[in-house]
Amino acid sequence: MKLVYFAWVRERVGKSEEEIDLPAGIATVGDLMTWLARRGEEYAHAFENPKVIRAAVDRAHVKADTAIAGAREIAFFPPMTGG
Amino acid sequence: MTATIRLQQEPFDAAAEADKLKRGRPDVGALVTFTGICRGDENGEPIAALTLEHYPGMAEAEIARHVEAAESRWSLLGVTVIHRYGRIAPGECIVLVVTASSHRHDAFAAAEFLMDYLKTRAPFWKRVEQASGATWVDARSSDDAAADRWSTPLGRRAAAE
Repeated sequence: MKLVYFAWVRERVGKSEEEIDLPAGIATVGDLMTWLARRGEEYAHAFENPKVIRAAVDRAHVKADTAIAGAREIAFFPPMTGG
Repeated sequence: MTATIRLQQEPFDAAAEADKLKRGRPDVGALVTFTGICRGDENGEPIAALTLEHYPGMAEAEIARHVEAAESRWSLLGVTVIHRYGRIAPGECIVLVVTASSHRHDAFAAAEFLMDYLKTRAPFWKRVEQASGATWVDARSSDDAAADRWSTPLGRRAAAE
């Protein structure tokens, strides 16, 4: 599964994308954020307040309770500030 | 309906883009052009430049979804959305929305709807360079409120399609 990060989430994690092997028991986007936050200091910093982090599965906005089975690409980013 | 969606680093010509939507179209009676411009200050402090980061692929798809929602909600004859990314200096254009319709109400409403959704749903992030350093711009709750006011049952159904 490919993970991509944008804006300050990318800066805190220290990379723009990575491939991961999803461990058993990670069912939702929210579970994935909890698991990522335990992967090290950078991740803990990036995901310290998961409520403010937005996510997309295969390039469509999703909520934290969305199931991730079958997803090819999951993105994490701060609230958007375009326009 | 003619829909044009472009993401680009280079500047755009708002007048030329607007003209394209009405040229040879005697059914167009209203054309609304909105141009978002990089201000020279953020939180009262002068800025050197903005840098816009975006999510390639998703940004185009998300804008296309909202153009389709606008088309299903109002009677439109054409829509053009151009959003720049990369480094943008104060005074330069950032985003363009042009809507064409037979009568003004549809063009005005659709342009405002598209801008409200671009601010809160299109995956772009602004970073400002100031004398005190570079910082990511915080999302504004007033922008969320502006987008939420379009979420009538009709708007939600259109957005989900």
